[in-house]
Amino acid sequence: MIAIIKYNAGNIRSVQNALNRLGYDSTITDDKKEIENASKVIFPGVGEAGSAMRYLRDKQLDTLIRSLRQPVLGICLGLQLMCSYSEESNTECLNIFNSQVRFFPPGDKIPHMGWNNLSSMKGSLFNSITKNNDLYFVHSYYAELSADTAAVCEYILPFSAAMQKDNFYATQFHPEKSAGTGESILLNFLHI
Amino acid sequence: MLKKRIVPCLDIKDGRTVKGINFVDIRDAGDPVELAKAYSSRLADELVFLDITATIERRKTLAALVEKIAAEIDIPFTVGGGINSIEDVAVLLKAGADKVSVNSAAVRRPELIKEISQEFGSQCVVVAIDTDLVNNEWIVFVDGGRTPVDLKTTEWAKKAEELGAGEILLTSKQSDGTKDGFSVGITKEVTQKVNIPVIASGGAGTMEHFRDVFNETGCSAALAASIFHYGEIDIRELKKYLQKEGIDIRL
Repeated sequence: MIAIIKYNAGNIRSVQNALNRLGYDSTITDDKKEIENASKVIFPGVGEAGSAMRYLRDKQLDTLIRSLRQPVLGICLGLQLMCSYSEESNTECLNIFNSQVRFFPPGDKIPHMGWNNLSSMKGSLFNSITKNNDLYFVHSYYAELSADTAAVCEYILPFSAAMQKDNFYATQFHPEKSAGTGESILLNFLHI
Repeated sequence: MLKKRIVPCLDIKDGRTVKGINFVDIRDAGDPVELAKAYSSRLADELVFLDITATIERRKTLAALVEKIAAEIDIPFTVGGGINSIEDVAVLLKAGADKVSVNSAAVRRPELIKEISQEFGSQCVVVAIDTDLVNNEWIVFVDGGRTPVDLKTTEWAKKAEELGAGEILLTSKQSDGTKDGFSVGITKEVTQKVNIPVIASGGAGTMEHFRDVFNETGCSAALAASIFHYGEIDIRELKKYLQKEGIDIRL
């Protein structure tokens, strides 16, 4: 079973909808046993970093997520919360990836909203994905490039469009809203 | 490179698409889900559903429809029309809408924008502005574009941004329905005034109109309804054309 972590962030259902379209059953849950026993864990979310981290700590989901050994996929806010620190509400995050999350500097419209392509893709998440494929982004904060960066996107500056370390994967874009390319990336994750 | 977005808009009444033709490969052009899937397969970047239902049952009907759309569609979509309160917004987002658009209610009570963005995040608040030129000044209209308000369009756009809007959907009444092209001037003014994305709307008649609004205004997206709905312009063909014209587009 695939577990989708339930917490106080928006748009969690859209991940389940995408999995349904691909023919995969999943459960949206904050039950520790269920998450620990899942074959794959997805940590999605749209929202604000400070209140999300407070909620995760209150429910002790922060230590649980860090301790998971099966493949975990963070999406959007999920990626940012898996970094060490976010400027958004000055928040200490899960510290899985060695990267800091910052507000975009001036230079273009904020949020970065719409379809953008990737470069320097690394790892199995990006099997068959090329720099001509576009993914849907919507965010005002970005994760800095680091040794854990698994794909780069350029908007105002180059930032981490995806990250990976051990069994932890994460994307700043929304694979569940990125048409065929997004489906391929979700399937690549599900096949790990 | 961030791509310019092409956004078809579907008018919804009582859970059905208003008017429209039957595309060759869909059974029922009145079914918003079927039509949305057809647009998505033709490379629409995003969809807007504008509900014009006037019955008491509208909220329930719309939420049920949004759930069906969210289950089937793999691109982002916005739902608007008659949204008055944070409760309306909560119902639609819970049903699976990615964004909501607010119009008249936000003009009457601007704090609504702040309430929605604080509760659900700026990324889901689209402020729709209907505008027209009156005595040589672009001003805001409400009630489906029927009632003028003593409010300059650029100033309202700026205020909406300050209150937490994530995007502006700017419809020029002067151009809407004419097929004579987007209102480039006011679109450019608003785009320069705010630092959030602007969707241009109203007046699309030809592929050149899209090229011009992208080249001349700095808008992030262009919206149209009837030319897509009646099959006059195919979205995939439009996007190929725009790419040839040097505009960054998703194909």
